[in-house]
Amino acid sequence: MKTLKSLAFVLVLPVLLVLWWAVATLGGASFFVPTPVDLVSTFVQTWVGERMFTDVLPSIQRLVFGVLGAIVLGVMLGLIVGMNRTARAITEPVFEFFRALPPPVLIPVLMLLVGINDGMKIAVIISGAIWPVLLNTIEGVRAIDPVQNETSRSYGISGFSRIRYQVLPSATPTIMAGVRQCLSIGLILMVISEMFASSSGLGFAIVQFQRSFAVPEMWSGIVVLGLIGVIMSFIFQWIERRVLRWYNGLKEVENAV
Amino acid sequence: MSSSSVVRAKVGKAKRNPSSSRVPYGLWGVVGIVVFLGIWELLPITGIVKAAYLPPASEVLGTLFMDFTLTAFWVAVGETLLAWFLGLAMAVLLALVVGLIIGMSSFLRRATNSTIEFLRPIPSVALIPLAVLLFGTKIESSLMLIVYACFWQVLIQVLYGVADVDNVAMQTARSYGFSRVQQIRDVIFPTMLPYLMTGIRLGAAVALILAITAELIIGSPGLGKEIQLAQSGGAIAGMYALIVATGLLGVAINACMRVVEKRALSWHASVRGENVA
Repeated sequence: MKTLKSLAFVLVLPVLLVLWWAVATLGGASFFVPTPVDLVSTFVQTWVGERMFTDVLPSIQRLVFGVLGAIVLGVMLGLIVGMNRTARAITEPVFEFFRALPPPVLIPVLMLLVGINDGMKIAVIISGAIWPVLLNTIEGVRAIDPVQNETSRSYGISGFSRIRYQVLPSATPTIMAGVRQCLSIGLILMVISEMFASSSGLGFAIVQFQRSFAVPEMWSGIVVLGLIGVIMSFIFQWIERRVLRWYNGLKEVENAV
Repeated sequence: MSSSSVVRAKVGKAKRNPSSSRVPYGLWGVVGIVVFLGIWELLPITGIVKAAYLPPASEVLGTLFMDFTLTAFWVAVGETLLAWFLGLAMAVLLALVVGLIIGMSSFLRRATNSTIEFLRPIPSVALIPLAVLLFGTKIESSLMLIVYACFWQVLIQVLYGVADVDNVAMQTARSYGFSRVQQIRDVIFPTMLPYLMTGIRLGAAVALILAITAELIIGSPGLGKEIQLAQSGGAIAGMYALIVATGLLGVAINACMRVVEKRALSWHASVRGENVA
């Protein structure tokens, strides 16, 4: 009964919304909004099959490479800069500038410097998505409890093992907050870089549909992007729960006291 | 007069003495900027990167200062800021109303949770083609993207804020016979305000990104469109100058939002710096 009730809470509103959409488009679909049935059949026609391999998977591949690159580079650079007060002071204004720079403006720049190819798109994703990870890592490392640092030092823990067992774990909650932002920026940049300069990929396909007024196909593309966003956010939440299990447990204990 | 200033100078010196071996924090930042600009200047001059692709910093900054004297530049800045402000304001108002309605009823909170969690991660750029179909290159296209992206940022924060309201305070308000409006104004709003300000600060950054994106991709008027025009017209130094300008605009917006947040929350413990748990 209880699970049934919570299932109802999850499902009722989405079902109502879809019903409302179906009823509203009942009397002959308007030009801009396809009926739900139309959309589903177009979706299957358009994306299941060849397009999956020519457009969707390459896009996702670029996204994964870009985001992983941004996370690895961001954390490494962030550790180097964050552990040194002078390095922090030197880089702060420059990094602040790059964080404030809207990432899409980097697309024309990288088109010039790298040319129009896969490397450019991955470079766009990395150069836009690295800042939240980098700055959060720096902040996470800076904000480590000094007692911890001194304990490490007096026990002679240094070098790699200090980073592995003390610095990284303390900074992880902050880093994960940065990774979350990095994912959504990465997705945005993947789409835009393909809309701006490309002959394949999801962004390109959607713009192509829109230009040829293939409205149901365009909507189905929007749905694909939405699904990718939702799946990414689920994967991230799953990883975050695992990585930060100790941290959430710690907070619960602290709150309970 | 002169003796007192000497004394003051001495005091100042004595105060600064313990840390005089260290360079002040802000100065290092200036060093960082100079080094960054130096590398940028040297890359094209030494030929590591072609000057046609990356003009030296001096040339770009020169073009930027030229831009500062042009009306067209400020018109573009104004258009970008107008879309930014209108979009952000609409998103905040909408999210505030919806957030209050949903947040104050535990039934609605549970019933809308799945829908919100599903709609929120949808990237707003997915709506670009729809915006083009509906509005073309007008400012409404930018607004649609900005409102969609910022709405979720602010809504989530408002929901957190309303959920954070102290039960005892709420029950007290009820037993004193507060009306709905009074409850919102005197109990919920103060608790929610820090969350709301966080949402607005995050939303402000997102709104700028989408304003520029819409201008760059769709071609609605503003700085992004100018960048695109400069790029396709081969005015490379001009393009870099405009990009630096958008970055400076971003820095300015971030700084402004921080000041606004501090002002609005000056009464709050986290800003007063007392009793921070």
